Amino acid sequence: MSKIPILLLFKRALIEIPFVFFAILMPFFGEGEKFSFFGVMVYRDGLLAGTSIVVKGTLGVLAAVILSTTTTAREILRGLEKLKLPMIMVQIASFMLRYINVISDEMERMKVARESRGFIATGIKHWKVLATAAAALFIRSYERGERVHLAMLSRGFDGALPSLDSHAVTSREWITALSIPGLALVASITALLIGW
Amino acid sequence: MSNVPSLQITELAFAYPDGNQALYGVNLTIQKGERVALLGPNGAGKTTLVMHMNGIHPTMQGEVRISGELVDSKNKESLKAIRSKVGIVFQDPDDQLFMPTVGEDVAFGPYNMGLRGEGLDKVVQEALTQVGMMDFIDRPPHHLSFGQRRRVAVATVLAMKPEILVLDEPSSNLDPASRRELADILRSLDITIVMVTHDLPYAFELCERSVILSGGIIVADDKTGQILNDEKLLKSHRLELPVGFSFK
Repeated sequence: MSKIPILLLFKRALIEIPFVFFAILMPFFGEGEKFSFFGVMVYRDGLLAGTSIVVKGTLGVLAAVILSTTTTAREILRGLEKLKLPMIMVQIASFMLRYINVISDEMERMKVARESRGFIATGIKHWKVLATAAAALFIRSYERGERVHLAMLSRGFDGALPSLDSHAVTSREWITALSIPGLALVASITALLIGW
Repeated sequence: MSNVPSLQITELAFAYPDGNQALYGVNLTIQKGERVALLGPNGAGKTTLVMHMNGIHPTMQGEVRISGELVDSKNKESLKAIRSKVGIVFQDPDDQLFMPTVGEDVAFGPYNMGLRGEGLDKVVQEALTQVGMMDFIDRPPHHLSFGQRRRVAVATVLAMKPEILVLDEPSSNLDPASRRELADILRSLDITIVMVTHDLPYAFELCERSVILSGGIIVADDKTGQILNDEKLLKSHRLELPVGFSFK
């Protein structure tokens, strides 16, 4: 449907490995009932909990990867606005989106300036310099925020940003979007009914 | 109506809350359609003065009038009208362009003035066409060059159809071609312009008249050529022509 190459999906999903690492260990440590699983002794509770974490984690990561690969950040913001996320949060996210490049450029320039004067961070003794740089970056960003606010006031800002223009969602899009959650709902209701 | 000055400042004084006084009684009148350079060394109070023109800084003493209307930072309704009449282009375009795309940013001002739908689209397109940036309407600002961002910043203000355009260091950080392009755009506008700058040749190129703000007062107000030829006057206010320049 979304025409994402499987390999790309797989590569991007690898990010979850550090997070599920402990879940994979869970069946081997714990207490209570043990049984043999393909010749390895595992704990029943641990296996259930671990599997549940891995499955939920994987589904979550896959959903996030698919969303971020198929939808631009702007579209996501529009969607959030449509889903009635509080305006202030949409605005904050939208400013973050706009300024993240400006701030990372600034950070890069500070790094170049440091290194041009012979500084290379190698260990804990350099943390003081890095902390100072982080503080400087914070203050610069704060001051930029003040200037942006002034610029907004100068153009008549009175608390409400123009809402992002968005096209109407067709019923077909709704059906497509709801198909998988619907399926999951049907599956869990069925499971409840047959008493699993 | 035609002989009401665009900007009239009388006896304007201002001190920051920490007691640091920035303006000591500024008098300045700018007629409709004039282009005036506001020159002055760093710390002369230029930015403070600009912030009074649209009521960002409340007037403490004296008064500021925009085409006859008093700037009163306590009256929210009149302030809204004033801010649509005074378009300020700030020095760093990244401060001014805060919306996700060029088009939305240009729409920000007119939207706040109550424009919607087709009318809004029309002023956005007009403003971007005036600065030659119509092709970039859907681009995010951080993908543009510095010169292009400065031009979009001018468009964001033009879209509000201001009575008076105030530019803070318009030529700073521009390469020579962008600098000339911006000058061409500014010359093509039929609007009152106040240009805050240290760039004396740029002031000469664009503005008939110049004023020098120094130590919180206006110390000179004359034809730009006259002021730039007065080496002693310039020197005493930390202004200098680039080496090899003269306006004889």
